[in-house]
Amino acid sequence: MTAHVVNVLLSGVFHASILFLVAAGLQVVFGVQKIFNLACGSFYALGAYAGVSAVGWYAGVGGPPALFILPLALAGLAVGAIGIVVERGLLSFVYDRDETFQLLLTFAVVLMMEDAIRLIWGTSPRSTSGLYLTYGQLRLFGAVVPVYNLIVIAASLAIALSIGWLLTRTTFGRIIRATADNREMAEALGVDMRWVYARVFTLGTALGTLGGALVIPATAAMSEMGIELIVEAFAVVVIGGLGSMRGAFVGALVVGVLRSVAISVYPELEMLLIYLIVIGVLVMRPRGLFGGAAA
Amino acid sequence: MKGGLVVVAATAAVAVAPLVASTYHVLLMLPFMAYAVVLLGLNLLFGYAGLVSFGHALFVGIGAYTGAFLTSHGKIRSLEVILVAAAALGALVAVPVAALCVRYVKIYFGMLTLAFGMVFYTFVLKFYRLTGGDEGTPFLRPSLLGRSLDAMPKIDYLVGPYYYYSLAVLILAALGMWRIVHSPFGLCLKTIRDNPVKAETLGIGVTRYRFFAFVISAIYAAVGGALLGPPTGNVDPTLAYWTHSGNLVFMTLLGGFASFFGPVVGAFVFIYLQNWVMSIVPYWRLIFGAMLAVIVILAPEGLMGLVTRRRPAPASRA
Repeated sequence: MTAHVVNVLLSGVFHASILFLVAAGLQVVFGVQKIFNLACGSFYALGAYAGVSAVGWYAGVGGPPALFILPLALAGLAVGAIGIVVERGLLSFVYDRDETFQLLLTFAVVLMMEDAIRLIWGTSPRSTSGLYLTYGQLRLFGAVVPVYNLIVIAASLAIALSIGWLLTRTTFGRIIRATADNREMAEALGVDMRWVYARVFTLGTALGTLGGALVIPATAAMSEMGIELIVEAFAVVVIGGLGSMRGAFVGALVVGVLRSVAISVYPELEMLLIYLIVIGVLVMRPRGLFGGAAA
Repeated sequence: MKGGLVVVAATAAVAVAPLVASTYHVLLMLPFMAYAVVLLGLNLLFGYAGLVSFGHALFVGIGAYTGAFLTSHGKIRSLEVILVAAAALGALVAVPVAALCVRYVKIYFGMLTLAFGMVFYTFVLKFYRLTGGDEGTPFLRPSLLGRSLDAMPKIDYLVGPYYYYSLAVLILAALGMWRIVHSPFGLCLKTIRDNPVKAETLGIGVTRYRFFAFVISAIYAAVGGALLGPPTGNVDPTLAYWTHSGNLVFMTLLGGFASFFGPVVGAFVFIYLQNWVMSIVPYWRLIFGAMLAVIVILAPEGLMGLVTRRRPAPASRA
């Protein structure tokens, strides 16, 4: 019994760690640029495929299997550079428009990315063969847990802490928060918005692509994974509150663990439960659990 | 006046299409007409009330599943009954959804509609015994105006009676929507879109008007959704998926949300262009995504915006 509970909880927390990365990317972009980026799921999928390729290449050149997580994470971060292309090439043209158009433009990116991934990597699912258990398994309260899951959970926690540090302790973080609070004021004080927007969007993208890369030892990369994850990440940010990092953290835990519990208790409920909670939160507290008044 | 002539000519062209065009192209007209009905409704929200729903596929799904249920489980084959039932069920679901959604605008409205759409999607996907899960439910051939047409070959049925039936529904839907947007109700909606605060001070119940616009648009989506079923003979959960909602908004924007017939034009161009692109390369999303990006950035008023911009408006000449 304990073993089962630990299993369900830990797989929920593992999923939550990945969700947090993608949702954090969504939040930082929404917080600063007020754009709800539907394409963050697509970035996640891109990171996953890039991860598969990088690990495949790494195994091909005979790198030690124990270090496969390095090329994996690096590939995930590297493809985050597409963020600057999307931001400069598309989004920068519509900052002064109604947010409907910004939303639709990110939807255009969703459509393009889905097929671009099919074009590059083909339509069949891709996975990393057997790397998942490279680090072995651990016995925890009778449950058998892949060590890789624990590494990802720890990495996600470390990233959460670094984002917190970045936002509160660095100049760049202060500029981000100032912009999120009051764009005009920040601009009047000499902050170059183009500089901030390009960096923030690239940071948001890289968080998504990294999340995608880290998930693929545990699951296969599929071209639909992006449009499926975005609705979960969407649930996370709504529950946590749009624009709030703490919200992304708590929301990811809620969604990740609830989903895992639902799957083990009554699979039909899986996402239905999540969306019902989302609707409940939106109706009762549209700002979410941690959304500020100005969010 | 000139616009009226164009509409009459276009309708006449659609009416004679089965006589002159190839069967393949005539069959493509069927989803076009169904989507045109859906989008006429969606644009009441988008173009006239200024609310962008990212969950309207929910009501398309409800309409389609109503028809599939009645024909394959309920032994009811009359398309009139199906359309009325779809409209009624669409309205029934829309009332609570609209009541909750119209309290918000902009991004929060879009998110709430998206969440409701996904609730319905996961419901039809997961409750396999009731809905057939991802395989969907068959939509048996409906009878038209009380006449069972089961003996007819499928293609003859679709390009013949069903085609004209769809056209009739589209014309009625367009006439109805024309009345709605040119009524005091429609004017109030536009006022609310342009300046909700002023509308409120003028005594217009902003939330109440948005609520009715939402319910009407849901009814249109359900009726259009029911029309989508017979040509394929099957309805599946992807009809209710969020990307389908996104495509509906895409079609509206493509045609032009600022114009009454924009969404109809958008549906037409979207369906034909999609088929044409897919016949050349399988990657239609890549091309359509790029197209959407270009429209959003360069021509936010869509195709109708491009057409009308070329003609100088009478007012500017005076």
